[in-house]
This record gives sequence, structure tokens and C-alpha cells, in this order.
Amino acid sequence: MSSSTPLLEYTLHLADDVLILGHRNSEWTGHGPILEQDIALSNIALDLIGQARNFYQYAAGLAGNDSGESIYPAGGGGVVTEDTLAFLRDGWDFRNSLLTEQTNGDWAKTILRQFFFSAFQVDLYEQLAVGRDTTLAAIGAKAYKEALYHLRWSSEWVIRLGDGTDESHQRMKKALEELWKFTGELYIPAPYERWAAEAEIGPDLSQLRVRWKERVKEVFDEAGLTYPVTEWMQTGGKEGRHTEQLGYVLAEMQFLQRAYPGCEW
Amino acid sequence: MSVQDLEKIFQDKIDADIRIEPKDWMPDAYRKTLVRQMSQHAHSEIVGMLPEANWITRAPTLRRKATLIAKVQDEAGHGLYLYAATETLGTGREELLDQLHTGKAKYSSIFNYPTLTWADMGAIGWLVDGAAIMNQVPLCRASYGPYARAMVRICKEESFHQRQGFEILLTLSKGSEAQRRMCQDAIDRWWWPSVMMFGPNDDASPHTAQSMQWKIKRFSNDELRQRFVDICAGQVKILGMTLPDPDLVWNEHRQHYDFGAINWDEFWSVIKGNGPCNKDRLEARVKAHEEGAWVREAALAHAEKMSRKRAS
Ligand SMILES: [Fe+2]
Ligand SMILES: [Fe+2]
Ligand SMILES: [Fe+2]
Repeated sequence: MSSSTPLLEYTLHLADDVLILGHRNSEWTGHGPILEQDIALSNIALDLIGQARNFYQYAAGLAGNDSGESIYPAGGGGVVTEDTLAFLRDGWDFRNSLLTEQTNGDWAKTILRQFFFSAFQVDLYEQLAVGRDTTLAAIGAKAYKEALYHLRWSSEWVIRLGDGTDESHQRMKKALEELWKFTGELYIPAPYERWAAEAEIGPDLSQLRVRWKERVKEVFDEAGLTYPVTEWMQTGGKEGRHTEQLGYVLAEMQFLQRAYPGCEW
Repeated sequence: MSVQDLEKIFQDKIDADIRIEPKDWMPDAYRKTLVRQMSQHAHSEIVGMLPEANWITRAPTLRRKATLIAKVQDEAGHGLYLYAATETLGTGREELLDQLHTGKAKYSSIFNYPTLTWADMGAIGWLVDGAAIMNQVPLCRASYGPYARAMVRICKEESFHQRQGFEILLTLSKGSEAQRRMCQDAIDRWWWPSVMMFGPNDDASPHTAQSMQWKIKRFSNDELRQRFVDICAGQVKILGMTLPDPDLVWNEHRQHYDFGAINWDEFWSVIKGNGPCNKDRLEARVKAHEEGAWVREAALAHAEKMSRKRAS
């Protein structure tokens, strides 16, 4: 059995982040607070799942290129595909950051989760787009525009809710309390991210962090929210140690592929 | 001008296939009928999101997940166009939603049936979107301009949904034993409710004649139903499945399929609220609306603060 490569792990990390966040967002479809916003959030879910597919397809190719049997699950005919990667790996192989797997909560929490992530993702994709891996660069370039839109949309909502009414302000504060501890992980590089930075494929996360802080502060100022002084940050997701939330996402998402293995859908 | 004159001008326009536009004079009854029909349609699009949204998080592949999200999102879009078109008749979205949430307004009964397996995503696309298209294509020529124009956009997307649904079933029909079983089971459960989507038989359909004269209905319920049955009876053969009707048989003389008796007791019972999911569907809509109240209030409050800031 061949081992994984840092490039494959990095690509899976990029894929897992957007699949899990896209999946979470799609839980809102049909249940949004305003019809127009139901559509907007579903659209973001679609963009993210589209990005995930691109990354997984690339990862599947990389996994298949491995000499010998892949450590990743294969479907019919022993082929690793976007779907075997998404639907047949267990939680400890998922490398998404903890932020993306957190439950939707109310609209405030969902908005803030998206905002934190998009504020990270725009710079990540911008750097990916000029990186040395041509496939990742192409995906990054295309997805960058989507991320920019997601950032604008979620920023506007953070401002609206922070500034709107007492209730919306309180809800934003509560969301902030719940989510802040998951933001640090975005910038603490996993080994494959360190490798990607050295290989000039992906960004140096410590540099991105500065930009993220500026972006968040700017929006928080307008929203009347206080930028927290923190301390403790939860980590582990990017190396397969997740919160309890991920297991439920996977149980639901992977149900059909697990119950009826080896089928075409 | 007397009301009689206005009414004559109005009916002459309709007879000449000239569209009625929001600012034109129209009889009260025409306006009322349109508001009822269009808002009922809009509500159906919105409530109709729920049974399919139910499977988004369990879609079996990434491609299926993406297309299902896109489909449900399309239905939200249809609801939007139709609410907007209804607003041109002087009734706002808030009021219409209120009628839905209090149970005063109806929506298509088909969405009161549960989605129990993945195959239901296929059966809904093929049969439910299929029946909707059959009903709605003639409405692209409805006499009321905003309604007709909304229907043109909607019908394009609905036919896309129908093909997607059929393709889901086709894939299942070529799959494993369990998948074939899933496919047949979904067809068995969705067939009769879909046939009922065309409404009561013509002799029991009180509004038909007037609506035909106003050209907001172009074909009778039974005519449309027959077309639907004829088409599906052919298509089901491609799937290698059957429709759950022992009386379904080609009638050489009529050049149509004959089909079995519809269970109208079930039809009326679901309309009265006794379908398997009436309560769940309405509750889900009310919950989304009520839990969204603070969001809408916050958006409004922020917008007001901003415009005050700009003014000063
Ligand atoms: Fe629709
Ligand atoms: Fe429709
Ligand atoms: Fe549809």
C-alpha cells in the first residue's frame, strides 16, 4: 500500500473544507429567513460544492497515480473518484478545519461562519492562483471570484445583523462566542500546508493571518462588534481530529453510498 | 365609460389574444381568480422545495447533490417570479404568505406526500415536474401579461427538471436489484398523486368555463390529464418499470390510453389536510418564517439607520 503525498493531502484539505461548509450551508435550502436569502445561501453552497468537486477530481487523479494500491477507498473497478473520496472516507481522514463543520445554529451563526471562512478563502485562493501547481492554480483562479462574492455577501450580513436591532446584535455576539475559538486553526499550518508554502504552491499562512485580521476588524467596526482578544484556539481538524459535529455530517451525507456499496447513482 | 363598456373592451382584448397588463381595467372577479391561482402556484413552488430539500444532505454523489440544490433553488426562484407577478395585481407577498401560513391559501397537494428514498427525487422530477409542465405550458399564453411571462421562464426550467428526474430513474433502472426496487416503489407511490395534480374531473370543476373564457386556462383538467397519462405510459417502458394501474391499456379507437378510476376520496382528504405530510410541510414553512422574523427586522432596522445617516 502506498502512502499519501503532501500534495494529495493538501488537495484533500482544500476539498474537505469546502465540501463540509457547502453541505452545512445546503441544510438551509428551503428553510431560509427570506426567500431571496435562501437562494443566495444555496448559491454559495453550490459554489463551494463545485469547488470541492474540482479539488476532489484532482485528488482522485493523484491518488490513482500512486504506485500500487491507494490508501484511499476506491469504488467499482478499484478506481478512486471524487465520490469515493467524499463518501467513503471516515472522519479521521477528513482534513477540513473545525470551523466548517460547526452546526448552523441561527442565521447569525451561519453568516459569521461563512464570513470568517470567506475572509480567509479569498486570500488563500488568490495565492493558490499564482502558485506553482497549475491545476490548483486554475481552480484557485476561478474560485477566487466566487469567494470574493461570498465575502461581500457575508460581510454585508455581519454588518446588518451587528448594527440592526438589539436582538440581532446579541445573536451576533453569541455566534462570535461560539465560533471564535475555531478561527485560529485556519492559520496554524498543518504539515502539508507548510510543505505547500515551501513548494510555492500555497500561501504562507502567517502572512495571510495579518490580512484576515484587517478584514475582520474592518467589518466588525462597521457592525459595532468588538474584535475579541483571544487566547485559546481549538485545533486538530486539519489533521483528522474533529469535533463531534463531523460524525453526524458524514453519517447523513454518506448514507446511500454506505448502505448500497458499489452502485452507480 | 360604463362597466359594461369596460367589460366589453376587456373581453374583446382577450378574444383577440391581446395581453391584459397591470394598469388595464379588469373585472374584479378576474383579478381575484388570478390572485388565487397565481398565489396558489407560488405557494406550491415554495412548499414544493421541502420534499426535495429533504434529500439534499443525503444525495448519493457530489454531482447529484449539486443538481438537487440547483433544482430546489430554481423552485425558490419560481416562487419569487410568481409572488412578484401577483404583486402587480395589488396583493403583496407578506399578505400572501400570511394566507399560506394560516391555512387560508392552498398549495398543490402533491407536496403533502413524503419523500422516502432517493428514487423519489427521480419520480418527482419525472412525474411531478412533468405534470406541472403539462399544466403550465398553456399558461405561457395566459391572458394576463405578467403571469404569462413568468410562466415562460418557469416552464423552461421545469422541463430541465423533468429530464433530470427521468435520468435519475433511468440510472436506478439499470442498477442493482435494490436500486430497481427503489425505482419501482417510487413510481408506485407518486403515480396516482401525480395524476390527481390535474384536479377534479371536468364535470366537477366549477371554475373551468369562466377561466377558459378569460384565457387563464386553455385546456380542461381531463384533457391535460389524458395527455400526461399517454406520455408517461410510453416513457415508463424505457425504464422497464410499470405504472401501478391494472386498467391502463391502449385504446386503438380513441388513440389514447384508457386508465383506471382515480381515488377522489384520497384527493379530497389530502386537500382537507389529511395527507401524510400536510402538517409537517406547513409547520416547516411557518417555522422558517417565524424564526426569520428577527433577521428581517434587523435588515430593515439597519437599512433605516443607513438612510437616516445618508440624509443627515
Ligand atoms: Fe417550479
Ligand atoms: Fe411549478
Ligand atoms: Fe421544478
